[in-house]
Amino acid sequence: MATAPAPVELERPDIAEDQSADRPWLAIVWNDPINLMSYVTYVFQTVFGYSKTKAEKLMLDVHHKGRAVVANGTREEMERDVEILHSYGLWATVKRDD
Amino acid sequence: MSTVEKVDKGVRVRLGPEEAALVRALMEQLQELLGAPPDGGDELASLGITAEARRPDDPVLARLFPDAYRDDGEASGEFRRYTEMGLREGKREAADIVLGALEGATADGVEAVLDVPQAQAWLRALNDVRLALGTRLDISEEWYDEAEQLDPRDPRMAMFAAYDWLTMLQESMVRAIW
Repeated sequence: MATAPAPVELERPDIAEDQSADRPWLAIVWNDPINLMSYVTYVFQTVFGYSKTKAEKLMLDVHHKGRAVVANGTREEMERDVEILHSYGLWATVKRDD
Repeated sequence: MSTVEKVDKGVRVRLGPEEAALVRALMEQLQELLGAPPDGGDELASLGITAEARRPDDPVLARLFPDAYRDDGEASGEFRRYTEMGLREGKREAADIVLGALEGATADGVEAVLDVPQAQAWLRALNDVRLALGTRLDISEEWYDEAEQLDPRDPRMAMFAAYDWLTMLQESMVRAIW
């Protein structure tokens, strides 16, 4: 199982900041009747380094709610993530957070 | 009869002769659909960028390369310009890895030991073929019920059978590599 290194926090800002202000774009995965639940979970773990628990929760959100936000960040980061998800055959889109 | 098992640092896949032939034929069809790689003459193409790009008319290609923005055709087009050529190349390469592993197939079938990157390429290529067949068959969440009602002489039956078998193979591979 692939795991991403934990982010190193070098400097903690004094004032609690709304993190979403710096990460205003989302990568969304949409439900489709072909992709396997196991495969989608495996892809979330492999691409994002998520735990199996988190990956399974996201997969079930996609399955039951029709879609799930799987990542957030800059527009460039989200386009990169969506490109990788397309390489795995997942139906993914980029959206500005609102 | 296919078997998939976890081995040290990878996966061992065994396919019967008909199964190996089916996977080979489907991978070749996928590559045909993806088209030939661009020749190196065009400067933009050599950087993996196309001059213009729009959503493919073919529903299978539209599913393999979906719009990256739901309500922004312009942004989707730009995304496509910069990504689609590379994505096509990646899908061709994944199919090549599967075809390479099938080269040793004999009358008894084939046995291939795949490392993790090769097994991941198999997963992506099997998934692309399932997306292609599933889109052509217009697969829905209720497709098992629909398949049961099909006339056995319906030409889609063979495609359903192939889709179903690939689903089982991909599931086995995910379980083995996890």
